[in-house]
Amino acid sequence: MIFSIVITGAPYSSQASASALQFSRSVLKLGHSIHRVFFYADGVHSGSALAAPPQDETNIPLEWAALAREHQLDLVVCIAAAVRRGVLDEGEARRYEKSGHNLASGFTLSGLGQLVEAGIVSDRVVTFGV
Amino acid sequence: MTTLHLINKTPSESTALGDSLATLSEGDALLLIENGVYAAMPAYAEHFTRLPRTIQCYLLNNDALARGLNDLNPDFAAIDYDGFVELSCRYSKVVSWF
Repeated sequence: MIFSIVITGAPYSSQASASALQFSRSVLKLGHSIHRVFFYADGVHSGSALAAPPQDETNIPLEWAALAREHQLDLVVCIAAAVRRGVLDEGEARRYEKSGHNLASGFTLSGLGQLVEAGIVSDRVVTFGV
Repeated sequence: MTTLHLINKTPSESTALGDSLATLSEGDALLLIENGVYAAMPAYAEHFTRLPRTIQCYLLNNDALARGLNDLNPDFAAIDYDGFVELSCRYSKVVSWF
């Protein structure tokens, strides 16, 4: 089956992103595929390369990037939700004249159309939020 | 069309459980995850006594163990993440209540 995953909770504030990671690992282990993981609202903080949790805690952005690398996952961060929360890629940093950018590698900024398309293409859409 | 309903909050912190119980259809299932697993504590058992027998109830055991919960409502079957994925496939939609 084709799954897509939606995450609307911030890592370390809610369990949403951690739950979604474990769910996604099981989806892939059981032979299903993940068309897209869509990070929306506070969920965009899962795409920050600047998160620096203590070493004995899970680094959620790194875990997503590693899973995406291993399984060629499409990690999409909602651009409108991201830029207002200070999660920027190089292009948005230039557009808004910011001193730096912090979208972690493996993630891309894109629009809500990507969520709609995921809903059309996927057999199941599972939302983890707050 | 059957639906798997996901609840991730306790009955005291959100109306999600009550809202979902009011809309369950025959053959649907309820899965408690994250803080939602607290709803399987015996103190909340009366929420579920009038559910039709065709409604299956599950809880994510990983989240129950993480919270040190045991002696939970026996009407809830404990599953792991693989079971969560299997339920997502078995029911035609997965709806998260917030």
